[in-house]
Amino acid sequence: MSKTLIRGAKVLGGEPQDVLIDGETIAEVGVGLSAEGAEAVEAGGKVLLPGLVDLHTHLREPGREDSETVLTGTRAAASGGYTAVFAMANTFPVADTAGVVEQVYRLGQEHGYCDVQPIGAVTVGLEGRKLAELGAMHESAAGVTVFSDDGKCVDDAVIMRRALEYVKAFGGVVAQHAQEPRLTEGAQMNEGVVSAELGLGGWPAVAEESIIARDVLLAEHVGSRVHICHLSTAGSVEIVRWAKSRGIDVTAEVTPHHLLLTDELVRTYNPVYKVNPPLRTERDVMALREALADGTIDIVATDHAPHPHEDKDCEWAAAAMGMVGLETALSVVQQTMVETGLLDWAGVADRMSVKPARIGRAHGHGRPVSVGEPANLTLVDTAYRGEVDPAGFASRSRNTPYEGRELPGRVTHTWLRGKATLVDGKLT
Amino acid sequence: MQRHLISAADLTRDDAVLILDTAEEMARVADRPIKKLPTLRGRTVVNLFFEDSTRTRISFEAAEKRLSADVINFTAKGSSVSKGESLKDTAQTLEAMGVDAVVIRHSASGAPYRLANSGWIDAAVINAGDGTHQHPTQALLDAFTMRRRLVGRDAGIGQDLSGKRITIVGDVLHSRVARSNVDLLHTLGAEVTLVAPPTLVPVGVEHWPCEVSYDLDSTLPKSDAVMMLRVQRERMNAAFFPTEREYSRRYGLDGERMAKMPEHAIVMHPGPMVRGMEITAEVADSDRCTVVEQVGNGVSIRMAVLYLLLGGNEPAVSHARTNEEKQDR
Amino acid sequence: MDTQASDARPVLEGPDIARVLTRIAHEIVERAKGADDVVLLGIPTRGVFLAQRLAVKLEQITDRKMPVGSLDITMYRDDLRMHPPRALARTEIPGDGIDGRLVVLVDDVLFSGRTIRAALDALNDIGRPRAVQLAVLVDRGHRELPIRADYVGKNLPTSLRETVKVQLAEEDGRDTVLLGAKPTQ
Repeated sequence: MSKTLIRGAKVLGGEPQDVLIDGETIAEVGVGLSAEGAEAVEAGGKVLLPGLVDLHTHLREPGREDSETVLTGTRAAASGGYTAVFAMANTFPVADTAGVVEQVYRLGQEHGYCDVQPIGAVTVGLEGRKLAELGAMHESAAGVTVFSDDGKCVDDAVIMRRALEYVKAFGGVVAQHAQEPRLTEGAQMNEGVVSAELGLGGWPAVAEESIIARDVLLAEHVGSRVHICHLSTAGSVEIVRWAKSRGIDVTAEVTPHHLLLTDELVRTYNPVYKVNPPLRTERDVMALREALADGTIDIVATDHAPHPHEDKDCEWAAAAMGMVGLETALSVVQQTMVETGLLDWAGVADRMSVKPARIGRAHGHGRPVSVGEPANLTLVDTAYRGEVDPAGFASRSRNTPYEGRELPGRVTHTWLRGKATLVDGKLT
Repeated sequence: MQRHLISAADLTRDDAVLILDTAEEMARVADRPIKKLPTLRGRTVVNLFFEDSTRTRISFEAAEKRLSADVINFTAKGSSVSKGESLKDTAQTLEAMGVDAVVIRHSASGAPYRLANSGWIDAAVINAGDGTHQHPTQALLDAFTMRRRLVGRDAGIGQDLSGKRITIVGDVLHSRVARSNVDLLHTLGAEVTLVAPPTLVPVGVEHWPCEVSYDLDSTLPKSDAVMMLRVQRERMNAAFFPTEREYSRRYGLDGERMAKMPEHAIVMHPGPMVRGMEITAEVADSDRCTVVEQVGNGVSIRMAVLYLLLGGNEPAVSHARTNEEKQDR
Repeated sequence: MDTQASDARPVLEGPDIARVLTRIAHEIVERAKGADDVVLLGIPTRGVFLAQRLAVKLEQITDRKMPVGSLDITMYRDDLRMHPPRALARTEIPGDGIDGRLVVLVDDVLFSGRTIRAALDALNDIGRPRAVQLAVLVDRGHRELPIRADYVGKNLPTSLRETVKVQLAEEDGRDTVLLGAKPTQ
């Protein structure tokens, strides 16, 4: 059994401590630890967090291996400090059967960089008409508990109601991509001052908010839990806040890019800023940060959406929507939440590891850094400052909106059940 | 350094007046037996049209030829264009051929901006209309027409449109002409009022430097020029308005409405007109309607823009406005 | 002004300029045998004022209306690509045109001859004169093209290190021709 001794790490940002990993678990936590034959890692004041969990990742395999594979995607995840990612269902073929979800699950296990928990499609082919075999996917080796048609909204109220009800049988959750389709026909960016000037089709906030409002009421009516993907507007925050105050079992996520970027960037017509839901206004960004701090929004999820270069090196209307995010998420959260005083590191661990693991029922992840727990850990050099250079990404795609932008913090080490997947910033 | 003409919002007042003044001189070339100047001899201009527009292409082509430029017409219409690579690939092909300027028309808003700023090409880029974004030479020729009619050909030299009241009527939401005109006319000191059913005005219009009204009849008596925008019949299927009849009753310009305008006021239309929809034949054919004049002025304006961007070793229109200036309006 | 008042010396003053123009007017009448088909075209900016002054003098001599206009040569310059584009000046051809007539081009200073070459090209696009002649206030030499003036106010031998600056009341508030040193860069 291999042992690793992490010396002088600020566990969840607290006082420096030593952490001894023995095999797959945390064996000791304390000051002045020593262990015969253990490999020593001098943390030197870096922050130790439970391994991050991403409830919203697009790994693209099967079908779009030109933009990402399970291997490249999980390597990117390990680089970003993640030990578990939930892989979205919009692959080719769609992950709407036990066969596809098992394949994705096994690929994750084989590569060993990060646990891959497949998300199953809610409806067959993401078409919104017929429920996929949700129970079969749950009972498969992949043990799917999160279901989503992400990329498309389950807009039919009856289908949504049935899905919410059906997954109660096995404690599942439906993650809704809230986008009223008719209100967003031809939508290219946030509808507002900037879209009016640029002449790009508007994606109004109400198209998101109206679906969220409907779905929290549906969840209340049928007594189910519902998860809202990539919440992006101040109005959505208000609705979720209201729903929680009523005791409705709703959880919500925000992406790093919606915590930092606004639709003003679209003035460059550079499709690297094209994403769905679109970048919103400064007011929305501030509301999202506040909501993440006060717990109205439960978690940060990356919506890591890799696209090949040619799908972004073109005019805006022709470009694909989405941004990669696994390798920059923690840095963006440090800048927007920690350095602004809205969250401490324990709060970051809660929003990026504990809560997403709980929502997705990812057992063994999002656990406390204490004796006997699985050694899923992330070591962060929070003093680091540097410009984002996509050339160094482990992801197969480079469509980051942060190229050349200075961001704080860098993940130096990641351990997945005691095995180092990232050492000194290098993948093992 | 601004080497391109992408948006009317990029022009300062002095730039715009210089273009109008230059166009006034260019217009005189049209009266000569030899309607040609040697100015752009040896320069190659490509008319890159990803969207059908015979009128605009012919206008640019006439302007380029009158300035002795070598003209290449490239029309890439239809479905092949829906894929983005074709713009980049086409641009690089043209670059390899050594073109000096690209006049681009594209159905995607921002395509000319991308072409000018993506490093795909070194040539100067002139926007001949992009999606529902901008059509700066149309705004310039409209301003030129207004200055000639409302200020005077000679009296207008060096002048802007200070205090002129311009009303723009119709489908503002989908109109690059409206966007360009609001920007340019405001820069030139005019007071602009947009009139449209609320469904055809974009969310966010309250930040534009203009007034918005839903009532045509009360606006007409306070207008020095009324610009009617084309309204496509298909809009009615997307519930922007109930019927053609209701639209033309509320927002169309007929003889009776035209009589409410001041005597000196003119009626403008960027063409092509939908007679019976936004404008009646009676108005379109009246001598207050400047549609034909606008076409002729288009050539003069495009000659002026081509000369000022390409005539020297650097563009004369070089005052890129800062965002601060743009917002201060 | 690119010429400092201190190091520029006048070579022609107001009365000299008036006298020289009178002489040129008489020469035109004499050489054009009454000047009844003459059209004066000034090259902007100062050539236009000189053409207008010549026209007045010719009208006094011949007692006939003298057609006078302006010919902007900007678009015909061979050095367009070496500078930013210039604002255009007005080209104004008198009503009866120039076909079959004697066009006298009028400019302030004759130097390399390139302006006159451009003017001849411009004329070519406007019509077909019977003949073209050239009147200048100052000929400072250093021709780069086979061009000469038919009427010269003053031959002024200069160095290439010198500048010649014509000032006219219409534009500059006073009449004078200044010879000075080229400003060092």
